[in-house]
Amino acid sequence: MTLNILLAGFGGQGILFAGKVMAYAGMMEGKEISWLPSYGPEMRGGTANCSVCISDEKIGSPLVTNPDILIAMNLPSLEKFENDVVPGGTIIVDSSIIHKKVERDDVKTIYLDASSMAEENGLKGAANMVILGRMFAETSFCSYENLEKGLRKSVPARKADLVDSNLKAIGLGMKS
Amino acid sequence: MGEKVLMKGNEAIAEAAIAAGCRHFFGYPITPQTEVAAYMSKRMPKVGGVYLQGESEVASINMVLGAGAAGVRAMTSTSSPGISLMSEGISYMAGSDVPALIVNVQRGGPGLGGIQPSQADYFQATRSTGHGDFHLLVFAPSTVQETVDMISDAFDLADKYRMPAMILSDGMLGQMMEPVVLPDPKPVEQDKPWAAKGHNNERPHNVINSLYIQPQELEDLVRKRFEKYRTIMQNEQRAEEYLTEDADIIVVAYGASSRVSRSAVDKARAEGIKAGMIRPISLWPFPVKAVSKAADTAKAFLTVEMSMGQMVDDVRLVVAGRKPVEFYGRTGGMIPTPKEVYEQIVRINGGVC
Repeated sequence: MTLNILLAGFGGQGILFAGKVMAYAGMMEGKEISWLPSYGPEMRGGTANCSVCISDEKIGSPLVTNPDILIAMNLPSLEKFENDVVPGGTIIVDSSIIHKKVERDDVKTIYLDASSMAEENGLKGAANMVILGRMFAETSFCSYENLEKGLRKSVPARKADLVDSNLKAIGLGMKS
Repeated sequence: MGEKVLMKGNEAIAEAAIAAGCRHFFGYPITPQTEVAAYMSKRMPKVGGVYLQGESEVASINMVLGAGAAGVRAMTSTSSPGISLMSEGISYMAGSDVPALIVNVQRGGPGLGGIQPSQADYFQATRSTGHGDFHLLVFAPSTVQETVDMISDAFDLADKYRMPAMILSDGMLGQMMEPVVLPDPKPVEQDKPWAAKGHNNERPHNVINSLYIQPQELEDLVRKRFEKYRTIMQNEQRAEEYLTEDADIIVVAYGASSRVSRSAVDKARAEGIKAGMIRPISLWPFPVKAVSKAADTAKAFLTVEMSMGQMVDDVRLVVAGRKPVEFYGRTGGMIPTPKEVYEQIVRINGGVC
């Protein structure tokens, strides 16, 4: 099984971090994984995106051009990547930020008020983790234990106090 | 061996160099390799090493020359335009037989070009990294783990043959994260009797120099160096052969484009096309033996590069007209997709079967 994931949004939404947690969790699960950020000029105030591959086999190109799962956290990202998703794939939309509907009918679309949910629960800025929680619930790409391990590995030591709030946000997404 | 961690290619380069006994890093920041220098600036002081940001690439490479001449493991890291600036110093190092490690995390060119991944510095790395008759050892990793393993080998071979070695990486491999197990640390001290590190009046002083004003003396020296190159060409060729044994079509690709090509080869195999891949790991010396052997059995070659076609010249030199050698490339920072490469394989397969 191979899961190609593309996460996209504004710089500062934690796109790269959410991808890193996914990748680390996949690694803890014993999968082959890769994580590739966009590092182009578009990062300055524009969109940031990140490719994550989680697979049972050796990973070829780490650049995800046709994702199985697209996580869109702003409108330009949805518009840019919507048509690249494989038929039968999944698009997770942060509907607090994106008010447009997905036009395709050959993919599964999940509208999640991730930013509002995070903010209402005192977890401002953790919409990325809410979406990660939902993506985890949809795919079961690893065990919950390994997801938590992946999170702990991804949070730098000086920010260790943020682990609990991130876990809470993941939990919100899982229950959504 | 340590535990498996997730690391960016650029950071893994730095950590692997420290594990290989390098305590002297000189460089100047440039995207997409800046993380190497940033990581070194944090780590070197903690391991008793030197991190120094030169005022330019020209200064940095000459610091590497100086440190290498004094017999310590020294390195620098930059991206394409930086190598152009360093080329004078690299030629001086080759002309003075000074070992060191030079990392090029390639980006699109020519000129300032772009900051996205590229493989357009193959000619520069394997043909002419500076003026004069010389070669560098050039190695091209395709995963973060291979990068780590290669750093230690490259330092060892640079010392063994007393010449600079280059790791030819690219923006994709530098920026991506993959699981990696870091090697156990090696001793920092190496015994180099030729090094200019102080003689305490106990031996004649060692001279590290690249100026030879008598033409006969210079010719003799260059010829001697080329005898060493011949030994290296014989003994240090490295390549991975993937499904080549029964392959009709053999893709030749290194580094990032070999990852894309591997996916394309797998897809071709799944569709019943006998495709395989040779992945040069040493670019100089070029893996002549692997490609030549394959030319006996394959029906056609397809070289895939993130350039307008550079390594394809080496493939054609080895195949020497025995079989068709085709080329597919993207450049300027564009990365070929597995689908594009697969379609080339299908097209060539239609022509030969």
